[in-house]
Amino acid sequence: MMETIGLYNYWVVVVLMMTGFYIVVARDNLIKKVIGLSIFQTSVFLLFISVGKVEGGTAPIIAEGFEVYSNPLPGVLILTAIVVGVATTAVALGLVVRINEEYGTIEETEIHRQDAEA
Amino acid sequence: MIENHLPILQILVPLIAAPLCLLLRNRVAVTALAIAATWVTFAISVALMATVLQQGPISYELGGWAPPWGIEYRVDILSGFVLVLVSGIGALVATWSPTSISVELPRYERHYLFYCAYLLCLTGLLGIIITGDMFNVFVFLEISALSSYVLISMGQDRRALTAAYSYLIMGTLGATFILIGIGLLYIMTGTLNMADLAVRLQGVIDTRTVIVAFAFLIVGVSLKMALFPLHLWLPNAYAYAPSAVTAFLAATATKVSVYLLLRFFFTVFGYGFAFDRMQLWIFLMPLALIGIVTASLVAVFQNNIKRMLAYSSVAQIGYMVLGISFASVSGLTGGIVHLFNHGLMKCALFLAMGCIVYRCGSVHIDEMRGLGRTMPWTMAAFVAGGLSLIGVPMTVGFISKWYLVKAALEQGLWPVAVLILFSSLLAAVYIWRVVEVAYFEEPSAVEGEGSIREAPLSLLIPMWVLVVAIFYFGVTTKFTAGIAQQAAESLLGVAP
Repeated sequence: MMETIGLYNYWVVVVLMMTGFYIVVARDNLIKKVIGLSIFQTSVFLLFISVGKVEGGTAPIIAEGFEVYSNPLPGVLILTAIVVGVATTAVALGLVVRINEEYGTIEETEIHRQDAEA
Repeated sequence: MIENHLPILQILVPLIAAPLCLLLRNRVAVTALAIAATWVTFAISVALMATVLQQGPISYELGGWAPPWGIEYRVDILSGFVLVLVSGIGALVATWSPTSISVELPRYERHYLFYCAYLLCLTGLLGIIITGDMFNVFVFLEISALSSYVLISMGQDRRALTAAYSYLIMGTLGATFILIGIGLLYIMTGTLNMADLAVRLQGVIDTRTVIVAFAFLIVGVSLKMALFPLHLWLPNAYAYAPSAVTAFLAATATKVSVYLLLRFFFTVFGYGFAFDRMQLWIFLMPLALIGIVTASLVAVFQNNIKRMLAYSSVAQIGYMVLGISFASVSGLTGGIVHLFNHGLMKCALFLAMGCIVYRCGSVHIDEMRGLGRTMPWTMAAFVAGGLSLIGVPMTVGFISKWYLVKAALEQGLWPVAVLILFSSLLAAVYIWRVVEVAYFEEPSAVEGEGSIREAPLSLLIPMWVLVVAIFYFGVTTKFTAGIAQQAAESLLGVAP
């Protein structure tokens, strides 16, 4: 029981991941889909960062009196992944702006209706 | 001295050329730079392939940091083979593109943005192939994906935008799934280097975390390679993107994902885990077969020919995955050789579509009446690509289907062999629809200066290089099938 609660950050990851995924699948609004996608990606960042933490460990800088260090690698990896995530969001929002210019809407059903008419 | 650094140059040349396009801006200079960079990249990949064939796999330590701590670039026979395909197609399409995009990107005066995204996409695809580091795979995957969303959204039709958007959503989900899989593997082993991972994974192979990682990687890669039923992003993306982009992506992007599937499941997890313990073929083979038949059937009813060829691509991905799911030397050889061969023929077919768009402005089947007479060379190239898609002897398509049918019969799966032949018939049906309209109907009545002429030589020559390659590799199989077989043997671990 205690172990399950002690690993609470993994539960946060799972809840965030499913929330984001649900928004991507269920929402009609293209901006909301992008938000869902960002939440989904962020949950994975949390997963990586949680992994890097070593209990009782400090920042990985060699100093007197410290024996245990956290693993710095996952954090570094996620720095890259965050950049990728920002770029993805930027491209997605750029596309939404262009879609709004062309269709006059960002509701998916409305866009499908216009395409079906054309 | 420089030849020791070829693996990194393979990535650096297009990567540095891309921002240079933004600085140069001048249309002629940018075009010349892009074409030169892609041909240099192709030359490097040929040199790498030759070295691998003579001396065995090359390992390159990035920045002099020894693996597994540093990032390793690794060229073995399989990655060398796919590098040659991707960079070769990249160079040919870049040479073909200036004439085409002058018509297809009229609203984007800034052609330099096109070439910048194109070179970045090429960088990403080559990077996925050459790297031996799991996290590096994810980064290159996103480089190629982000630039391909931009490239697709440059299409003239406004549906290109929605196609690019849904590709972005699906592609990002797929890449994030791959990232989760990589993360879980890192948790269990503490390493990201593929070769090191393969060794350490064997100690923890029976844990649930590894099995979950395996599942995430399968779904992620299947999304990226548009395996049925995760192919929904592909038809619209290919149909509405500019022709040069379609030809490039159709011949390379999904193939690189198939390569990734091979890398993950044979090199990292190992044949024993993926196929004996997890029984991966039970999952892959039915999906591949359903994909082959349904996508071919849907292709028969398409009136937009680019869309028809896109559905045919989904079916062809099915053939590659089918070959992999046999997990035998001839099956894998068939899958790998089809990866190469399909790249050649689908690129030729989409380039022919691009020539038709250049002259007629549309690839609707009604617009193609009588094109056999007005654009004989373009349509001849289309027929050559089509014959290869069907799998007629003397073309590359025959070679791949030969290996696939052989693999099916070796395992006594004759219904699978029958399905392969049946779907070739479907391919014959959808190719014939175009041939019938183009050769047996009168050209639509347009007189005077508006009449349709043959495409210019700058479009015809790169396209015909591919057509010649289709027949050349259809007769001489030493390079393609020979290398594919060696790659299959090394993946299965039966080679010395």
